[in-house]
Amino acid sequence: MKIEDILSAEELVSLRLRALYAENGYSLYKMSKFEEYDLYASNKDFLESERIITFTDTTGKLMALKPDVTLSIIKNTDLSPGEVKKVYYNENVYRVPKNSPAFREITQTGLECIGRVTPELISEVVRLASQSLSEISGSGVLDVSHYGLIGETLDSVSLSADAKKRIFEALCAKNAHEIKSICEKEGLSASETEKTVALSAIYGPAGEAIPALIKVFGENKNVLELKDLVSYLKKEELTNGVNIDFSVPGNIKYYNGIVFKGYVKGLPNYVLSGGQYDRLLTRLKKNVKAIGFAVYLDALEQLETAGGEG
Amino acid sequence: METLNIALPKGRLGEKVYSMFEKAGFECPSIRETNRKLIFENPEKGVRYFWVKPSDVAIYVERGAADIGVAGKDILLEYSPDVYELLDLKTGKCRMAVAARNGFKDDLRKTLRVATKFSNIALSYYSSKGRDIDIIHLNGSIEIAPILGLSDVIVDIVETGTTLKENDLCVIEEIVPISARFIANKSAFKFKGKQIEALVSSLKALTEEEK
Repeated sequence: MKIEDILSAEELVSLRLRALYAENGYSLYKMSKFEEYDLYASNKDFLESERIITFTDTTGKLMALKPDVTLSIIKNTDLSPGEVKKVYYNENVYRVPKNSPAFREITQTGLECIGRVTPELISEVVRLASQSLSEISGSGVLDVSHYGLIGETLDSVSLSADAKKRIFEALCAKNAHEIKSICEKEGLSASETEKTVALSAIYGPAGEAIPALIKVFGENKNVLELKDLVSYLKKEELTNGVNIDFSVPGNIKYYNGIVFKGYVKGLPNYVLSGGQYDRLLTRLKKNVKAIGFAVYLDALEQLETAGGEG
Repeated sequence: METLNIALPKGRLGEKVYSMFEKAGFECPSIRETNRKLIFENPEKGVRYFWVKPSDVAIYVERGAADIGVAGKDILLEYSPDVYELLDLKTGKCRMAVAARNGFKDDLRKTLRVATKFSNIALSYYSSKGRDIDIIHLNGSIEIAPILGLSDVIVDIVETGTTLKENDLCVIEEIVPISARFIANKSAFKFKGKQIEALVSSLKALTEEEK
């Protein structure tokens, strides 16, 4: 009997992803199932859900069943200046998914790059995200956004903090009519409104979206970062299936720069999520940069059963 | 061409919205036939329609059983489904409002008792005002709550205001205007984007014509 007949699609994908990350110089990071609750209590809004399974261990310490992998990796990573740590993991986490009443065990594979993260490393991580989608399915789409460009655009006009938050929410829902209405209520000029709405209006295949971005936002630092990333992906022949799209949701308090979400045909939600999270490290008083992503393997069982025309 | 699965809200709003889809060139004649069928398809146009309970449309779309759908802004605000909201169809217009018995005066020394079907909308509205409230979640006939002393006020959808008037109630604050919205599943938008965009652009032209 072949190994392919024994393992589930989820297990096979996990093996292929681990091979991909190891071949690219990432080393396996194995961690404990438990972590001190304090780590999550002080960074609750970084987590997808604030609800955590806790228990008291034999020494009386309040512990948690891991709801997240990234925080543990950062906490346990010590770096000397100029060093970069490249790790991958395959772990189970425990959390309450959005709009669900109960805890679930979620299998997650992913990688993290922490330390001296260069533009080349950022490109490498996005490439690996795109290749991870290809390992899952023949048709995947990676939406790439840039939180630096969104932040800069919203900061360049006079908007209240609440309006900025609502515009970002509307942007994540591709709700251009709401963005326009908020801009008008806040008294922005027609050209300022047009530029803000452009964040929602410009999206599509990476190669096509860059000229449109340059036209509206000029060749600024953030647009150039996206342009360089797209040029790199082109060289690697990976632009097919990579979109520029500023509707990628995420917590702007932790993420910055390049952020992305990956979708595969037949599954209703994203199966891959990642980006640069330098702001989280600043909050944790670590003076380094970081980028990483997670692939949600448990979603893949739906891919096996997804019938019809997905 | 791949089929677009479309969830429409059962009832008057759904029929109105279907007429808009029909006018936009995405008709499915079998939907007009009188029978008990639940799913209607027109392979020529690449569309498959189905009627679902209005409050469930967003769930069908979020979970990918429908690629696109039409849901009231009230449902989107209440349940915050993870979907794209691509267009305001400018139909099914009404407002989310706070209503109370005629002559009601809010006593700020007391917790305000609020009866509603829209607990999240009510919570977020009063939390933005810093007002302490006690939510009484009801599933229907909300207007009766202040009359029987179950609550001080209600948070509900007001269309013409006739039901309120006939029960000696009146709107005391408006929370947000409501209308029907065109929503899409995020993943479907990646893989059927061209078809969805064609539909959105035809519907947009229609809503602008009717302005």
